[in-house]
Amino acid sequence: MYRYDAFDQRIVDERVAQFRDQTSRYLAGELSEDEYRPLRLQNGLYIQKQAPMLRIAVPYGLLNSRQLRRLAHIARSYDKGYGHFSTRQNLQFNWPALEDVPRILEELAEVEMHAIQTSGNCIRNFTSDPFAGVAGDERIDPRPWAEILRQWATFHPEFAYLPRKFKIAVNGAEEDRAVIQCHDIGLDLVRDAAGEVGFRVLVGGGLGRTPVIGKEIAPFVPWRDIITYCEAILRVYNRFGRRDNMYKARIKILVNALGIEAFRAQVEEEWRHSRGGPSTLTETEVARVAAHFVDPDYRTLPGDDTGYRAQLVQDKAFAAWAKRNVRAHKQPGYASVMLSLKKTGIAPGDITDTQLDLVADLADRFSFGEARATHEQNLVLADVEQSRLKELWQLLRAAGLATPNIGLLTDMICCPGGDFCNLANAKSIPVAEAIQQRFDDLDYLHDIGELEINISGCMNACGHHHVGHIGILGVDKKGEEWYQITVGGAQGNDASLGKVIGPSFARVEVPDVIERLIETYLDNRFEDERFIDTARRIGIEPFKTRVYAQREANRKVANA
Amino acid sequence: MPKLIVHGQIRNDDWQVVPAQATELPNGKLIVPLALWREAATRLAGRGPLGVWLQPDDDPAEIADALPSLAVVAVDFPKFADGRGYSTAALLRTRYGYQGELRAIGEVLRDQFFYLTRCGFDALQPPEGRYTDAQLEAALASLADFSEPYQGAIDRPEPVWRRHARGGLAA
Repeated sequence: MYRYDAFDQRIVDERVAQFRDQTSRYLAGELSEDEYRPLRLQNGLYIQKQAPMLRIAVPYGLLNSRQLRRLAHIARSYDKGYGHFSTRQNLQFNWPALEDVPRILEELAEVEMHAIQTSGNCIRNFTSDPFAGVAGDERIDPRPWAEILRQWATFHPEFAYLPRKFKIAVNGAEEDRAVIQCHDIGLDLVRDAAGEVGFRVLVGGGLGRTPVIGKEIAPFVPWRDIITYCEAILRVYNRFGRRDNMYKARIKILVNALGIEAFRAQVEEEWRHSRGGPSTLTETEVARVAAHFVDPDYRTLPGDDTGYRAQLVQDKAFAAWAKRNVRAHKQPGYASVMLSLKKTGIAPGDITDTQLDLVADLADRFSFGEARATHEQNLVLADVEQSRLKELWQLLRAAGLATPNIGLLTDMICCPGGDFCNLANAKSIPVAEAIQQRFDDLDYLHDIGELEINISGCMNACGHHHVGHIGILGVDKKGEEWYQITVGGAQGNDASLGKVIGPSFARVEVPDVIERLIETYLDNRFEDERFIDTARRIGIEPFKTRVYAQREANRKVANA
Repeated sequence: MPKLIVHGQIRNDDWQVVPAQATELPNGKLIVPLALWREAATRLAGRGPLGVWLQPDDDPAEIADALPSLAVVAVDFPKFADGRGYSTAALLRTRYGYQGELRAIGEVLRDQFFYLTRCGFDALQPPEGRYTDAQLEAALASLADFSEPYQGAIDRPEPVWRRHARGGLAA
């Protein structure tokens, strides 16, 4: 992965000094609350219900073992012994003291980490494919490009006070695993007819209050021009995006208001002036960054490990885990392993200091010292020899990191919700837990098959509920927490937005509703058809009918 | 007299910024709102050195042809978190080739000095009374928050990888 040079290190060190000074001026009363807010937000620091929350950047999800150990240390020393992986591949701490934050940032800078632009109305952390560099369907490795763009966006002076937050994702594989259609800018690495690398550029996607699938603004921007092209988009947005209403301030609203053709024309006009300027990328700079992302020293192994095959036959529990949590690798004899952070009873995405230390050790022993965070809030050890999978599984199982549920119903995406977040209308973690408890039978889960349930505690959609096969959204009804259910959303190449099935439900009703939805699916599915495919085929009516008929029946019983 | 930071030095300022709604012109060196300049350009021309200030949604293209005759162009930040003025400044310096004094006015605070300077402002005018003399002196340090920024901007058009050979390991 990318290692800092002297310039990178100086920038994060200077950031620590800058933020220490800003915080001390705030504490001394020289900076008002309003003046300090954007400064702390652009350092990932929120003031939450219980305590500040600090969101640490994990650029495009990559972590090394030294960084994992430092995060464990921070969890132990400054927090309550755990952290939370977010849907943007970042790590959040929920309990640091404001006064400690400069010191935490200093500790992070020592291991080439920071919290820069993890919040605020600026260009946020870049996200990408957690299987970059190891997936068989990869066209072009997105990591060097994500890093080049990360550096460009870091402290960009023109785009630090945008109308609203701005998220960019980069994908380089056939299957989109970076949700590029739901980002302010989605970048898809492609080759043109001559074999030159470039980007198909999507713009104006996003979730939140007004979910929109991104539109193609350019079919091919050559790699040299990607910075000037992105700057042209950002400048049009910075000048003309709405600032009168924060709910209409994202770029998707501007793109929709102008229409993609008119928006494209403005960007092209802007780009005409800047294209070919000093920000045009060079082969030297791309090669410098790409040199950090070469393959590790893989051993030459036969295609499939026979010992591993035999273990799968002999041990059903191991096989169940391998089926869900082990993924094919481009390198013969290797596999990628997903560590589930979705054990029932633990808030989705949460991880303890001890687990972070263990993951660091396992990364060193099994996967060239690196791990990755996924936007589904799990972790990945990307480069594990098949012959060592069983040993790894046993160690993970002992640490509660081997729940064999990746991609299944209980592998829910879930925001921190009303337990922690000021913005939330409703709690989300207890909803996830109640569903996990209802569906605790592993055989039943495997029978239901691939299913994504995404839960957000409010309209801001940090839990990506719009693109869950089943989406759950917390809403406020006269001060009470209610939940609206959608069906038919999906991420990936054929991303779609879920449809609301009807009036919302009380929290206690939610597990029943999910059960009715699952029954509807099981009754209607063709053999091996996934939930999302059945839902697309039959539409939401059958789901709706069953859920509300049952609810009506329950009410009559209750009132009898 | 209001204080102004010009090229990193604190100075007294003898220009007056004419408010948007003003109907009468005071004496002295004036920075007038775009709307007033638009309707009274000829009347203003005889008064000596003149400045124009732009609101966040004013299009700098409107004054492009007049730039050689203007002594000051100011861009107003009614709220510091309204970032449109950064793009306005960048456009004035690049597309329209403005080389005279480019002044940030309005809610101009030290924690934005670095970004403002990078986007081409060479004069920064914090609100009168916002900083004591000592605080303003201390605020100059914010101009140098980062010694080698990554990306090209107006102050340093080349990105760091063009300014330097990169790859040397962190100390």
